[in-house]
Amino acid sequence: MTQSQTKLTRADFQIDGQVKWCAGCGGYPILAAVQKALPETGVTKENVVFISGIGCSSRFPYYMKTYGFHTLHGRALPIASGLKISRPDLHVWVATGDGDSMAIGGNHFIHTIRRNINLNIMIFNNKIYGLTKGQYSPTTPLGSITKTSPHGTIENPFLPGELTIAAQGTFFARVVDKEPKGMESVFIDAAKHDGTSVIEILQNCVIFNNDIHEQIVAKDVRDDRMILLEHDKKMIFGKENDKGLILDGQEIKAVKIGENGITMDDILVHDKKTQNPNIHYMLARMTYPELPVAIGVIRSVDQPTYEAMLDEQVEHAKKNSKIKDLKGLLHSGNIFEIK
Amino acid sequence: MFNFVFYKTIIEIQMGNNQKNVIELEEVVVKFAGDSGDGMQLTGNQFSDASASFGNDLSTFPDYPSEIRAPQGTVAGVSGFQVHIGNKAVQTPGDLADVLIALNPAALKTNMKWVKPGATIIIDIDNFDNKHYKKAGYIEDPLHDNSLKGYTLIKAPITSLSRATVNSLELDIDHKTADKTRNQFVMGLLFWLFNRDVKKGEEFIVKKFAKKPDLVTINKAVLFAGYNYAETVEAIATQFNINPAKNRKGTFRQVTGNAATAWGLIAGTQKAGVKLFLGSYPITPATEILQELSLHKYLDVKTFQAEDEIAGICSAIGASFAGSLGVTTTSGPGLALKTEAAGLAVITELPLVIVDVQRGGPSTGLPTKTEQSDLMQAIYGRHGESPLPVIAASTPGNCFKFAFEAVRIALEHMTPVILLTDGYLANGTELWEIPNVDKLPEIIPPLVKDNDPDFQPYRRDPEKLNRFWAIPGQEGLQHRIGGLEKSDIYGAVSHDPFNHEVMSKYRAGKVQKIENYIPEQKIIGNPKGGELLIIGWGGTFGALNVAVTELREEGYDISLAHFNYIFPLPKNTKEVFSKFKKHLVCELNLGQFVDYLRSQHPEFSYQQYNKIQGLPFFIKELKNKFKKTLEEK
Repeated sequence: MTQSQTKLTRADFQIDGQVKWCAGCGGYPILAAVQKALPETGVTKENVVFISGIGCSSRFPYYMKTYGFHTLHGRALPIASGLKISRPDLHVWVATGDGDSMAIGGNHFIHTIRRNINLNIMIFNNKIYGLTKGQYSPTTPLGSITKTSPHGTIENPFLPGELTIAAQGTFFARVVDKEPKGMESVFIDAAKHDGTSVIEILQNCVIFNNDIHEQIVAKDVRDDRMILLEHDKKMIFGKENDKGLILDGQEIKAVKIGENGITMDDILVHDKKTQNPNIHYMLARMTYPELPVAIGVIRSVDQPTYEAMLDEQVEHAKKNSKIKDLKGLLHSGNIFEIK
Repeated sequence: MFNFVFYKTIIEIQMGNNQKNVIELEEVVVKFAGDSGDGMQLTGNQFSDASASFGNDLSTFPDYPSEIRAPQGTVAGVSGFQVHIGNKAVQTPGDLADVLIALNPAALKTNMKWVKPGATIIIDIDNFDNKHYKKAGYIEDPLHDNSLKGYTLIKAPITSLSRATVNSLELDIDHKTADKTRNQFVMGLLFWLFNRDVKKGEEFIVKKFAKKPDLVTINKAVLFAGYNYAETVEAIATQFNINPAKNRKGTFRQVTGNAATAWGLIAGTQKAGVKLFLGSYPITPATEILQELSLHKYLDVKTFQAEDEIAGICSAIGASFAGSLGVTTTSGPGLALKTEAAGLAVITELPLVIVDVQRGGPSTGLPTKTEQSDLMQAIYGRHGESPLPVIAASTPGNCFKFAFEAVRIALEHMTPVILLTDGYLANGTELWEIPNVDKLPEIIPPLVKDNDPDFQPYRRDPEKLNRFWAIPGQEGLQHRIGGLEKSDIYGAVSHDPFNHEVMSKYRAGKVQKIENYIPEQKIIGNPKGGELLIIGWGGTFGALNVAVTELREEGYDISLAHFNYIFPLPKNTKEVFSKFKKHLVCELNLGQFVDYLRSQHPEFSYQQYNKIQGLPFFIKELKNKFKKTLEEK
């Protein structure tokens, strides 16, 4: 990573013009957290690029004083992929939503992840189509009444984390738009991860899906309904830090420490770096009310990136190819000199 | 005496010392046909290479089914390869074959309509039995129902003699491998028939099977077996000689349109000092461009096999934003999927090359057959006012030149460009004179210097109207682009109605101004004008040119204007058309170019000649049509 000469600040990434999301939109704290996190990630002002698709979240690049590209609905990932593969030196961020990445862009989502291209993907998950004013999305809970599901949705929602890990993702984290510190630290972790980083942001849509995450993230209940995962630490949660997660047979179970003979020794320790995805998968799938929702970095494992392997092939070919230039190529094979 | 009927006159008959008849020919068309696993493409290539090294000009075309390996011996599984060689410029793979090699009854059945009356037909008699007749769907035995009357039939026991030859070497070779040498028997036979040095065939085998000495041994043995068979049996009494082409000097190679396209893209980006990025999804008949470019990483070429057509073009757009030239290659169905993204490249005014190797449509249509029916899609097939330049290659070899042109236009004018080729050009070959890459023109993209205080995302070049290319990583040029309409000069998101009109006109004007940077339209024939102007575009050039040239030699007042620059048209198009009384537009679709010309230059009354059979034009049918058009008042 290139270190900037003078330390950058949030202001270096703030635009002069107006940010045009609805008042109270979860986009604002996310934007602020990104702008605060970037100076900690070793970027310069000109070597970071924001790419987005279509939707409220995808206006993001217009609000960053960097290079940016607001693209097509669902297509942020292939555009970001082409950019990153051709220029591995750039730091590429993607802002997308639950409709943009899970519906119209679902195919690109899984393929980008399995290639492990070094992109930082922020999914603004408000579980609704906001820009088209209130239709259900692929993450909308089963049974929800929306403009296009007046009798309730009859399709099971995707969990972005489940999809990420199933597609062999190397980094998955979940954050809440109300928690600036948590977002900042996860954004920095994602930027440092060499590979595809997927960050699901539980984001509020103040107009069309207000308080959708409240039953989990509201101040008075959050400690009991979310669990902050930290690497190498016990998976404990609750207002009194008296609850924890154990592995019971093949399932994760929430228990109260001190009850039924459970001691601290029984509680799982979080290992985000283990290649084995099984526990990460279970953690990413945890939903309230059966289990607390996992927050923080769930999986972060090292694997070679697509662009690094491609560059290696290019370098190897340059060193070993018998043909060295275009002229050599055109004159390779069967040539006929006619005099 | 052989009953050869060539459409070129027989020039000379000599009697050799050893009583061989040798007939001199100007050109000959040979068609190889067998099961798709029989190695017909390989045999065809071997024959072409031998002819090229002898100095003949040539053109080839494979004819393969869309099934990879349909049931053996059936009509669906027949694969073919046509080679046209001559002692002067050869511009098409030929209408009909003078010599057909049919390895089984299905190959004979499928190809009888593509041979000339009186042609020589070489069959593998070992496969002409009731079992094979049934598979091929013959009711009567074709060898005894008079259907081959008038042809010269050579019944060669190709399978049994090949096997016997292999077995005699006592090398422990299985039947299946032994049978694969059959094409070398055919080759030996042809080497004798065309009076060629059999050593050339030997060289090909040594190179082809370099790492498998047993295969070299058996294939060589069978090659000579075929040669000796032809020399010995009385069934073949005559040899044919096609002299080297006289006026062709230089360094040549065979090239397919798809390979030439790939190399032209490399050449263009090298001349621009820009890296080449290809984002593509496999699709017939365009796949070989992706395959070819993936071989050339040592030239700094990056290829990305995307998850779908949309990801292909989108990755290319991302690469172009990042300062490479993004390219995507496809065929009609893929172009349809890419249209939304092409519109994004139009509004963001990024360089991009889209290669559409046309095939029969709509939908899956005729994937392995050629057609020119994506023209309207290329010119108009996007939502909104979304103009982009369209150019078309017209021979396998000049796919190189027009791929280079597509790169030049995309980079110098900051626009997506569609390059049209087709299945006929893509898979066909010609003997191509290798260009001197040092002499190719430089390409100069409109780059911006770091920290240029005057840079604005939509400030334009006053002449060409292109915007400038500031690339992520450059200091002091950070900016945002995107699919939303942007304000003139400053590039802020803008919904202002008047600005939208200004920007729409800039985009259209920029593409129209490309007419100032392309060559004028040429006339082949009489540049002063005359009675009938044949108008064509793209891959039909060879057939149209031969038909027009031959008619001119016969004294007809006819000329050809063949277009490579489609949108915009060359500036002198109207002037060219106005020199002629009649205008006949010929194309392999139901009339797309003619309709386009009617909208661009409505002052002329165009006649049209269309063919939509998945096949190229035949010279004979063109000449008939042209004569008829000349006769009409």
